[in-house]
Amino acid sequence: MTPLILGLDTFGDAMHDERDRPLSHAATIRNVVEQGVLAEQAGADFFGIGEHHTSDFPMPAADVVLAAIAARTTRMHLGSAVTVLSSDDPVRVFQRYSTLNAISGGRAEVILGRGSSIDSFPLFGYDLADYEDLFEEKAGLFAELLHGGPVTWEGKTRAPLYRQDVVPHTEFGPFPAWIGVGGSPQSVIRAARYGYSLMLAIIGGSPARFAPFSRLYQQALEQFGRAPLPVGVHAPGHVAATDEQAREEFWPRYRDVIASVGAARGFAMPTPDTFQREVGPAGALYVGSPETVAQKIAANLTVLGASRFDLKYGMGGLSHPTLMTAIELYGTQVIPRVRELLAS
Amino acid sequence: MLGAGHSGPVLARVAMDAGYPVTIAASGDPADIELITQVLVPGAEPRWAAAAAADADIVVLAIPLHKFATLDPSLVAGKLVVDVMNYWPAVDGVVPMFDDHRLGSSEIVQRRLRSSTVVKALNHIGYHELDDERRPAGAPDRRALGVAADDPRGLDVIAGLVDRIGYDPVRLDSLGAGRILEPGGPVFGVSLRRSEFDQAARADAA
Repeated sequence: MTPLILGLDTFGDAMHDERDRPLSHAATIRNVVEQGVLAEQAGADFFGIGEHHTSDFPMPAADVVLAAIAARTTRMHLGSAVTVLSSDDPVRVFQRYSTLNAISGGRAEVILGRGSSIDSFPLFGYDLADYEDLFEEKAGLFAELLHGGPVTWEGKTRAPLYRQDVVPHTEFGPFPAWIGVGGSPQSVIRAARYGYSLMLAIIGGSPARFAPFSRLYQQALEQFGRAPLPVGVHAPGHVAATDEQAREEFWPRYRDVIASVGAARGFAMPTPDTFQREVGPAGALYVGSPETVAQKIAANLTVLGASRFDLKYGMGGLSHPTLMTAIELYGTQVIPRVRELLAS
Repeated sequence: MLGAGHSGPVLARVAMDAGYPVTIAASGDPADIELITQVLVPGAEPRWAAAAAADADIVVLAIPLHKFATLDPSLVAGKLVVDVMNYWPAVDGVVPMFDDHRLGSSEIVQRRLRSSTVVKALNHIGYHELDDERRPAGAPDRRALGVAADDPRGLDVIAGLVDRIGYDPVRLDSLGAGRILEPGGPVFGVSLRRSEFDQAARADAA
């Protein structure tokens, strides 16, 4: 049976102090390191950092931050959530995460994807219209790099490689690699084709609608002659002592973040009604007491045939102490409760 | 259904539920989308785009907008075309052909598909909501969805389709009027009943 993995993700959401004044980017990053260390102490199996390039999420170099956490932890896996592979060089991504794997004694993972922001494309000189072609080709090369040994490769998106030895070599074979999928069935097929595990990013609407994706993935693996691979879920949320407290802490931050992103991108503002729907059993947000959040995680893992859940904690403007409490509650209460619910 | 990405399969499934026979095509070989069709739209038939379009009465354009320039207009000549695409530069990047503030994206689509009848519909509901928010006619919480076209007959047919799928069609009598359905507009991505829809549209016009 596939082991159950329960982790935490952050995008390095810009934090405020307890008097609601914005912290510097540097202080936010240092706090993320402390949060990662606490995540292991509290009992999380995985800590992931999603690459972002804006002032609201000052987190472009996730691997550096993960390395700092690796130096102060011993058990928990550490990975990207996600690495925007299309605007990066697969060789460099491999080198950085293989280095993290060395530092952490074999605890590195990568989740490859696009994420929902597009800032890295203009920043690094890529055209978003090429997204599909870039991702397809780079995901293929990254799979070969993971495999180990000299790589011979030719494509359109980077210089060719001829029997290239790419270092550092991994100690114990390929480290775990996933593809994060938002809603594209073709991405599901691609993950299966290259032998990546599947991470379903479910950030809005009913989680159950992703169940066919899970089936599609397993059937595609079979069609490609591959052994079954795990399916995971990434979703946003917040844990506090009570449902009421969790909602009160999370809602104004969520509203402000979505409103500011929404104003730039032209989508609908959340209302108390839509928020209520999203935190309810049929919605995408895991906001509440440890019991509420655990029940929802267990229910959705079952519906989705998934063996991993990564809670994307935090929301721009929440304070470090509030997030530390959320991490503590997730690790010490949500995780054991989910295990209990799924064992029975 | 032209497109087997985020929205194509969901649209195909709700259309099948409403009783329409559906074929689905991506940009290449139907074999590439056979499994997707089997699992996500059981009962639909994967085909080459040209064949699927030739045999269809209604063609739904659910391809990424930046790929629209590569679509051969003759493929859908004479057809009733439902444009569910959005020009959403902050999310999908700038597409030069659509970067014209004087025209709505469906007006630009219509200009290029000169021999087709273009109807703008089903673009302002998230593909992740399309399944769950369906309600039978008369349900008090039935969601209103705008349908815009220059051609009154096409408008009627697609309003009928939206109704059969499970939404309350709000008719807008030109593609230009359909601009209120676009990203950044008053009804984009918002779940509204008909009265709320009308109110939001009026407030936007004021």
